[in-house]
Amino acid sequence: MKEQALTIPTEKERRRNRALTRRRFLRSTVVAAAGGVLASCSPSVRESFFQQHLKELTEEDKKRTYARLAEEYGNRYGGKFTVGGEPAKEGVLFAYALDLSRCVGCRRCVYACVKENNQSRDPAIHWITVLQMEKEKGVDLSHADAYYNPKAVPEDGHFYMPVQCQQCRRPQCVEVCPVGATWQEPDGIVVVDYNWCIGCRYCMAACPYGARHFNWSRPEIPNEQINHDTHYLGNRPRYKGVVEKCTFCIQRVRKGKYPACVEICPVGARKFGNLLDPESEVRYVIENKRVFILKEEINTQPKFYYFYGV
Amino acid sequence: MGFGKIRVGRSVAAIVAVLAIALLALGASAGAGDDSSTETEFPVPPPPITEGYYPCSVCHAEMETNMERRELVDEHESIKLNHGPRSRWCFDCHTPENRDVLHLASGEVVTFEESYLLCGQCHGDKLRDWKVGVHGKRTGEWNGKKQYLLCANCHNPHSPHFAPIEPLPPPPRPRDIR
Repeated sequence: MKEQALTIPTEKERRRNRALTRRRFLRSTVVAAAGGVLASCSPSVRESFFQQHLKELTEEDKKRTYARLAEEYGNRYGGKFTVGGEPAKEGVLFAYALDLSRCVGCRRCVYACVKENNQSRDPAIHWITVLQMEKEKGVDLSHADAYYNPKAVPEDGHFYMPVQCQQCRRPQCVEVCPVGATWQEPDGIVVVDYNWCIGCRYCMAACPYGARHFNWSRPEIPNEQINHDTHYLGNRPRYKGVVEKCTFCIQRVRKGKYPACVEICPVGARKFGNLLDPESEVRYVIENKRVFILKEEINTQPKFYYFYGV
Repeated sequence: MGFGKIRVGRSVAAIVAVLAIALLALGASAGAGDDSSTETEFPVPPPPITEGYYPCSVCHAEMETNMERRELVDEHESIKLNHGPRSRWCFDCHTPENRDVLHLASGEVVTFEESYLLCGQCHGDKLRDWKVGVHGKRTGEWNGKKQYLLCANCHNPHSPHFAPIEPLPPPPRPRDIR
């Protein structure tokens, strides 16, 4: 054996030897190709590719992003979109109250929500699930039926419990998100940035209420049914492979309006308001009615209260 | 969900129409300076009375008041009273001397726009909840102007129990999603 083979190569030699390894070659090729592809893309696609996390954007950047999205949606669905970014109001913490003694299980809320929030019609995504339960068994999720379909409701011996995002104060979905694509806003609404979501669905596994839904394929919405009045963190059209959920109709409530499900409910079972306002409907409910929260024992601390208005 | 339909014979209708026009003309000249409209404490929509059938006095002024309890026929045939004890009768709420208004147990007159006061005599807990927006549906703004509904906008006062309705379709089962 020659002596030279045993000597340790110097740093300079090592670098020279590495110059043409397979890995280095591939890496530079891919980078060059990606650069080429991006360069040939439209500025809009390039911009969306390099878009930073929403919280890191300046107001100027946000405006540009919203305008870009509005144009994209317009091209796809027709019509003139507005993509808003109304921030949370000071001194507001949104809460919801639902009267179990009133709900008749008609599912009007489910479809008003689909229409307002641009959920995919095919495959169908519903942010609200109405559970039919037996009066004899009480609130018992193991005996709940979400697929009831009689000629008329309410059915004898049954009551109905709509479940949607409970807007937890300790949202487990937010805890598990590996990329920070979902968070709780100052007014208590848990939101998803569809441009940041990577579709890992950890949040869906973490949510104890089954409130999060996944776009398994490109959401299909007929052009004439689209709602053009959108919010970046709410009802703007989604992409394939992202998670979505109820936002208390962020695009409506931040402008002072009631959520769509409140306005459609034919029996007035749904109440909504500011938890910090002693005059609000939800405060009256909490102070005067029998109230409970779903799965209290797991300490998610929802801001969605079920009550008995009788 | 109205208060029941009122059908009027042709000749009667003609007379009534003439009378109504005359009354309207009189009312317009008399009430020209009077602008205190029927504004109530709560923003409620008009009572759900079948269009063209109010004021009730258009017909009832010509008719003799029949105080007898009976099965209603003809114009008010559709009204089936199914509300509380069997002793309940029309004139517990409607006023025999003036059909265009209602009255409380005390005899105090209330308009149809204030009928919640009448309902609240028995259903006081509901009236209390309704005033703060917890019983019944509210639309409008959660921190601003709200639109209330009268009791009668949702409950037929003659038969207040909600009729069952058809549910919208159930969600697809996961196994059916392709």
